[in-house]
Amino acid sequence: MTQAMTEAEIRKNILEALAKVVPELEEQTLKSDKPVRDQLDMDSMDALNFMIGLHQTFEIEIPESAYAKLMTIDDCVRYVATAAANKGA
Amino acid sequence: METGKVVQWLVQPGAQVRSGDVVAVVETHKGAIDVEIFLDGIIEDLVPLDVELKVGALLAHVRVAGELAATAQPATPLPHPNPAPSLVGAAVPTVAPTAPAPGSYVTKSSPAARKRARELGIDINAIGGSGINGAITVSDVERAAAAAASVPTPASPRRLHGFDPDQMRLAIATAMARSKREIPHYYLATTVDMRTALEWLHAYNKGSPITKRITTGVLLVKAAALALREVPELNGFWRDGRAVLSSEIHAGNAISIRGGGLIAPAIHNTDTLPLSTLMQALSELVRRARSGGLRSSEITDSTITFTSLGDRGVEAVFGVIYPPQLALVGFGSIVERAWAINGHVGVHPVVTITLAADHRASDGHCGALYLAAISRLLQTPEAL
Repeated sequence: MTQAMTEAEIRKNILEALAKVVPELEEQTLKSDKPVRDQLDMDSMDALNFMIGLHQTFEIEIPESAYAKLMTIDDCVRYVATAAANKGA
Repeated sequence: METGKVVQWLVQPGAQVRSGDVVAVVETHKGAIDVEIFLDGIIEDLVPLDVELKVGALLAHVRVAGELAATAQPATPLPHPNPAPSLVGAAVPTVAPTAPAPGSYVTKSSPAARKRARELGIDINAIGGSGINGAITVSDVERAAAAAASVPTPASPRRLHGFDPDQMRLAIATAMARSKREIPHYYLATTVDMRTALEWLHAYNKGSPITKRITTGVLLVKAAALALREVPELNGFWRDGRAVLSSEIHAGNAISIRGGGLIAPAIHNTDTLPLSTLMQALSELVRRARSGGLRSSEITDSTITFTSLGDRGVEAVFGVIYPPQLALVGFGSIVERAWAINGHVGVHPVVTITLAADHRASDGHCGALYLAAISRLLQTPEAL
């Protein structure tokens, strides 16, 4: 699914995965460079479900050690883009 | 919760139903609840929509196989928030994640959007959502209100899923005031060394795909449920001047609702579930508690409540018992502390586990045994 995906498409899919965990998410008010958990009042179960959503949407592996690096939407976009590139290579 | 009304039937009169099917959506002070049926048969005599009914009122009759319509059995009482003794154990355990019934997700909207819709007199089901996956946002509601401003009669608001924040506040206020008025609480706390448990958990998760990983919270819930087998005096209800213990352990898990309020739906037979199943059940419960779609048995069956505020950095939570339950267990944040073992100090992750219990039903000694049992069980995580 990640083949030839543009950054905008990746971002859109990330937001969709997030909206499955936080249905009341309003895209306009979400700051993509600030921690998602604080902005949306997510708990650890929400955070894990979001990681599972990313894994399923993009078919990438996300080790537990990577969770801490995926704080913001921008972090997630970078991570997914890199993981997808590595997978394609 | 004293009254409720059916806002949607998910079956037609004469339809074949099976035990565990979700047949109706009932609106109560606790928000909308999916009502399950506990018989196999033909459903008929459905009560009309939007009629205020007392808790315990019949919603429909189910004719079981081989039975004539004339002797139809009453089957679906309005769910009661305080489980009657006959309900405990009678409910079908719904441990497996349950798919929402077709058509049960009519509206995807946030509590804030629903609240705004009610304030503005907008029918939230009548407007389109511009949010992600079609969810209705506050902005959508306000746009719809602006558009409707020229229309003389505002549509009556109807909410099918999710929680009405005001009603939920009222339900919490009623239950908590009753708790503090009637229940003589005693409180105990213990600090538990989590090093062994966390090392085991990290190793377990490292070898597992992301969908099979479990959280620390699941270990705590399992240990606290298992410990109730050793100290059953804390599991059950205070009813008619005495403790009525439950032979089954249905832990209610407090789940905060974004935008305010909380609900503590049950995971049936918590103590019997393998960690992976418990993880799945808990994750599913959190999802449904926040997006709508809890089942009536989950709302009514809890025999004890567990609450965790660790995610927000709180070290200890001294809970208020949810009446008529006998106890509430609180989990704090896992923090690193200097910890002495055999005269040697090291840095260990520790968690503070607390108990609030009803002194009419049990004494501090009993509570102490319970916390000690949880602490002991957490030292052998592989056996959980």
